[in-house]
Amino acid sequence: MSAAVDFGTRTVVLRRGPFSVRFRIRTLVMCAALAVVTLAVAVLALCLGDLPLTVPEVVSAFAGQQSGIVETVVLEWRLPRVLASVVFGAALGVSGAIFQSLTRNPLASPDIIGLSAGSYAGGLVVIILAGAAGGSLPVAGGAIVGGLVAAALVYLLAYRRGVQGFRLIVVGIGISAMLEALSIYLVLRAKLEVAMAAAIWGAGSLNSVGWSQFVPAFAVIAVTFVALGALSRPMRQLELGDDAARSLGSRVEPARLGLVVCAVALTALVTAAAGPIAFVALAAPQIAQRLTRTAGIALVPSAFLGALVLAVSDILAQHALPAPLPVGLVTVVIGGAYLTWLLIHEARRRP
Amino acid sequence: MTSLDAMSTGAMSTGATSIDAKSAGAMSTGATSTGAARLSAEGVTIGYDRRVISRELSVEIPAGSFTVIVGPNACGKSTLLRALSKLIAPSAGRVVLDGRSIASYKAKEVARVLGLLPQTSLAPDGITVADLVARGRHPHQRFLQQWSPADEQAVVAAMEATGVTALSGQQVDELSGGQRQRVWVAMVLAQQTPLMLLDEPTTFLDIAHQIELMELFTDLNEQGTTVVAVLHDLNQAARYGTHLIAMKDGAVVAQGAPAEIVTAELVEEVFGLRCVVVPDPVTGTPSVAPIGRDRGERSRRRTAGAGAGAGAGAGAGALAPVTVPDAADSPARAR
Repeated sequence: MSAAVDFGTRTVVLRRGPFSVRFRIRTLVMCAALAVVTLAVAVLALCLGDLPLTVPEVVSAFAGQQSGIVETVVLEWRLPRVLASVVFGAALGVSGAIFQSLTRNPLASPDIIGLSAGSYAGGLVVIILAGAAGGSLPVAGGAIVGGLVAAALVYLLAYRRGVQGFRLIVVGIGISAMLEALSIYLVLRAKLEVAMAAAIWGAGSLNSVGWSQFVPAFAVIAVTFVALGALSRPMRQLELGDDAARSLGSRVEPARLGLVVCAVALTALVTAAAGPIAFVALAAPQIAQRLTRTAGIALVPSAFLGALVLAVSDILAQHALPAPLPVGLVTVVIGGAYLTWLLIHEARRRP
Repeated sequence: MTSLDAMSTGAMSTGATSIDAKSAGAMSTGATSTGAARLSAEGVTIGYDRRVISRELSVEIPAGSFTVIVGPNACGKSTLLRALSKLIAPSAGRVVLDGRSIASYKAKEVARVLGLLPQTSLAPDGITVADLVARGRHPHQRFLQQWSPADEQAVVAAMEATGVTALSGQQVDELSGGQRQRVWVAMVLAQQTPLMLLDEPTTFLDIAHQIELMELFTDLNEQGTTVVAVLHDLNQAARYGTHLIAMKDGAVVAQGAPAEIVTAELVEEVFGLRCVVVPDPVTGTPSVAPIGRDRGERSRRRTAGAGAGAGAGAGAGALAPVTVPDAADSPARAR
């Protein structure tokens, strides 16, 4: 059934008993299209590699009809990595979407405002002081703690009767630079082998992601997504400004705190498992908004787009050049170009 | 001070000079609950951080009234409105809504009884009119009850009442200031609350749009909504308000029916502005004409128009009780 109110875009309303939901057709179609493309990319990623496979071979591997080696390659080696690129990409997209929505600023993404740098420094401390391997559980813990500490630091320093977007970004850039300096210092002081291990993890790579890294990260990301289901409506209302949101019955401070905690957790989890992967969080929400033309930043399209961006980036990282690169480098190149475009665009919009 | 008497006359006194049915309508809807104010502040101390704006302030919003809060800039009008709508919590005293402290209500419960048009609101990028108006239904919705028939009817009715139905699918960024403000009002209307608080709803609008909105609020008030507005324009306050609260330095200086409390003395006390109070030529409600500085002969000529022998008018107005200049003896008054 279509809506009786003209929302300026085609809208469907589904009602059954006391329940009712409202969808924008465009958002729905775009998300479906992104899902299909992402699935295709994922299948492609399962086919590519030192042992090239065809799509039927991959499919039959899932059905358990392939020889041991093919099954091992597909299910044990490639699948966790492909799933990680999709899930981590979605997590980064959502994390960026939350920050951009809360601050109303397309530049406010976790990699710009110091969270990624915090997670990286936190993980590095564990690698260098405790000698743990990148991607291991202690490093994950360090990365999460680092991300949270950086977030708290930025929040406190930017706080002046509530947090205003622009201030948050400027403070975040400052904190980010300091944390990066700390990280460089740590690496310079470390032994050579330890520094090498840290550098590989620090470039942001899905190389070391197997089932044992993916499953715990996925579980926590899934829980965070469920929590965000309840917070997405308050987030919509917060876009109207604090006073309007409050007078429309939203509990502004708890909602904002919950959203920030979820966003920090998502970035920190990904950083912990794969190292800092830059720019997905920055670019995905903005591209998603341009595709779906939603009012404000929407979480679900950002998740789909983040998944697609990281999945594509990981294929490029592995196969575009003769030697595989860390995916973080590819996203930096894609994201850097995008950021430049965004800055020029913003500068023109605000004379 | 005349205002003190006005205060004790109680809730629903209307301007005796009103010439249309407006105040009568407000009376009839308010009559059922007159006396029992639905919203009041009891000895509240309010401010921001450690800066106190109002100390031990008490006001009552008469049920069914169109209450207007006036006062100079930074006198605490908006702060009072924010306290009344639970946007800020008083450090002492309490705000009472329907007999219970407003602090004991859940956020959504308050939002179903009391709507607020804040001074500054932000429209998300690219949002359409209908989408924004629909956000006003939030207190009536839940996760899986996003768009009930009641939501739809409320949004349609709110857009109809504010005359934005034709703009429904347009983006809010592309509207003019007057249209945009009407959309925000529609959003608060869609909330369908018996109490509506408006923080400077007409600021930045031209006079035609200002009057259009004030008439709309009056219609709502006649249909039973209790309206509380912070306004800068004293003449509009006296014309549309059924109950006036005049504030200065965080305290209430006078409250009551506009016809009883709007006097030259009160305006001078509250705003530090010397003026003449004359009946509004259309409604007969008090209308404030500032005196300004005496510039001698030239000033008189300018005020009196084409030197129609009103030489005594403006100059003497300061001293003499209400002298209506010839120029104001216009056709409108003859109605």
